[in-house]
Amino acid sequence: MNDTLANLKRGESAIITDVSSELIPLKLLEMGCLPGNHVELVQVAPFADPMYLNINGSHLAIRKETAIHILIERVHE
Amino acid sequence: MSKQINVALIGNPNTGKTSVFNALTGLNQKVGNYPGITVEKKEGICRLPRGVKAHIIDLPGTYSLNASSLDENVVIELLLNKNDKDFPDIAAVVSDVENLKRNLLLFTQIKDLQIPCLLVINMADRMRRRGITLDIEYLEKQLETKIVLVSTRKQEGITELKQQITNYKELSTKPCLNASEIDPDYFNRLRKAFPNQLIYKLWLVITQDVNFGKTNRNEFDGVANFKTKSKGDLKRLQQKETIKRYQFINDVLKKGQTIDRSQAKDLRTQFDRILTHKVWGYLIFFLILLTIFQAIYDWSSIPMDFIDSTFASLSEWIKNIFPEGPFTSLLAEGIIPGLGGIVIFIPQIAFLFLFIAVLEESGYMSRVVFLMDRVMRRFGLSGKSIVPLISGTACAIPAIMATRNIENWKERLITILVTPFTTCSARLPVYLIIIALVIPEGRFLGLSYQALTLMLLYLIGFGAAIASAYLLNKILKIKSKTFFVVEMPNYKLPLFKNVALTVLEKTKSFIFGAGKIILAISIVLWILASYGPGKQFKNAEKIVKTEYASEHLTEDEFQQKLASYKLEHSFIGITGRAIEPAIRPLGYDWKIGIAIVSSFAAREVFVGTLATIYSVGSDQEETIKNRMAGEVNPILGGPLFNFASGISLLLFYAFAMQCMSTLAIVKRETNSWKWPMLQLVIMTALAYIVALIAYQFLK
Repeated sequence: MNDTLANLKRGESAIITDVSSELIPLKLLEMGCLPGNHVELVQVAPFADPMYLNINGSHLAIRKETAIHILIERVHE
Repeated sequence: MSKQINVALIGNPNTGKTSVFNALTGLNQKVGNYPGITVEKKEGICRLPRGVKAHIIDLPGTYSLNASSLDENVVIELLLNKNDKDFPDIAAVVSDVENLKRNLLLFTQIKDLQIPCLLVINMADRMRRRGITLDIEYLEKQLETKIVLVSTRKQEGITELKQQITNYKELSTKPCLNASEIDPDYFNRLRKAFPNQLIYKLWLVITQDVNFGKTNRNEFDGVANFKTKSKGDLKRLQQKETIKRYQFINDVLKKGQTIDRSQAKDLRTQFDRILTHKVWGYLIFFLILLTIFQAIYDWSSIPMDFIDSTFASLSEWIKNIFPEGPFTSLLAEGIIPGLGGIVIFIPQIAFLFLFIAVLEESGYMSRVVFLMDRVMRRFGLSGKSIVPLISGTACAIPAIMATRNIENWKERLITILVTPFTTCSARLPVYLIIIALVIPEGRFLGLSYQALTLMLLYLIGFGAAIASAYLLNKILKIKSKTFFVVEMPNYKLPLFKNVALTVLEKTKSFIFGAGKIILAISIVLWILASYGPGKQFKNAEKIVKTEYASEHLTEDEFQQKLASYKLEHSFIGITGRAIEPAIRPLGYDWKIGIAIVSSFAAREVFVGTLATIYSVGSDQEETIKNRMAGEVNPILGGPLFNFASGISLLLFYAFAMQCMSTLAIVKRETNSWKWPMLQLVIMTALAYIVALIAYQFLK
């Protein structure tokens, strides 16, 4: 099972590895949600949804239902 | 005479584009609409060196030229249409120094359109604090442009910006990357089919729903049919394009920008830890709302009392100065009280717009969206619905337009349908005057009863919106793809100039918009109230004399009896009496009935109407409030505006859909009469039933 953005915990970081092109709107890509970019989970609302992310310096919030279509690889520090 | 330079300000949302616009134009700006659509169009004039004038357009914020909303479409349509009178001689792309990477995406797209392009990097004052250094010379070379560092906060770089705009002819129109490399075959074929067109223009026309004016359509005839690729393929290609552009930008910034993170001092993290906290976040949001309502109530009472009495004495003064006659009484009894009924609310409306502007400018509104999304989704709304619901407290019209950034159609439709329940500023006049009449003064835990009642009414409006959203979510069977992206901008201290200009602009348009309707209605009302049909009205004096012959009335008493007799038998009195049976169960008399009917155009007309009717019926100089307090219930005796009828009226206005402009906007935004008509019928029925129950229960 591949790791997705939805599994990230608050404060954790990862690298985006793949973005499902059918399910992810172009707008999200334009805002920097692209393979290879670094992503950090800044804050979550109650029930871990929506998620407040920092993708390569770009701060945005998305819903969990979108986050499950974004594959990641954890950064071990 | 030298030609005006057309300048288009383009940029991502939250880059301070409007601050740059304000810095360039100051008070020489006007806000209108793009023809045929409700997108706000901001334009202004700026004086440049050497006597040159620039016409500046502040285009809606967009992340790219791939439009996903009506607002974003405006940007593309202008940039693709050379024949548009606003077509820019120069595009100034405004970006935020902290988000340069993302901002440059749009910049590279605009470069591909080969319009002279200037890169304005705003918020340059933050560079040191964030540890950012830029190699301007290198960036200018790579990006084929001139760069101006600007800080609207510190008023730096504006002169240089003006200078660069003046020299727009020297700017390069070369693209900074070759986007057609993503699929050379396809783009070559496209180039062959339309040799005279700009390749990137063609690509935009193929991938977007661009709505061209008549003049431009021929030029792109056939392009839309050049569909050798499926929708999915095109989308994949757009993604490839985005990735390609980012690769270029990354390469450029790697050399041109250095960020020393150890230098970066960031307040965002600290603020967010509290403001988006699971408990504190909500508590603070609630406290902010509470403060706003208390402030609106307390702070504006002094200027309001002043305005009220000023208008009353103005009427009196006119009566004394001008010779008696129809014109004088139209002025003193029709127009002035009618206008007074709206001018009095300037302080409160201005405060409301002020708070909303500050919440938006500071970046706090996005945090509220984030906090509320999960909760709102349960009711079929989106976190983004919170913005229309809050700005709906000012006016439903801009609020409904603000739903455009809700991506999901069902969530958007529901938001549009329920927004008119939120207590808009046009309800305030009605609420305030009735609250002042029927709710006792006094305080509870330091908050006045009257302010608490007002807060309660706001909560009722909000509750009605949420509850009906819940029902609509269950009833409406609309499948639409959902996604939700919201940018979380950095916190900013709102710029005084921006806030002041917003408040000024919005208040002005509210007053003039409402003022026109009210002026017209008060003239009509005055005529209808001053003239009547048949002998009963003509022989009023005789009839009243005979009726009260046995009582020895003083001259004043006689005049008063005469005036109220005349009013009852005027056109308006007769109409009012005809509809009275329908509204008596709610505790209203025919005068209130007339006010309700005439306020159908716009709620705030209610107070103006009562003011006009009552001032026709009386001779003395009095404030609107005192006149209303003096009204007697014709059947039960006692004051007409008592607790029961007052509450009934408040509730009626809380639910009723009494605003033609809102209906028109809903029609426009949903593209069908079905939804506004549904709103009208359901909301009015609900209002009637609730007011009926309340009055029957309380009386």
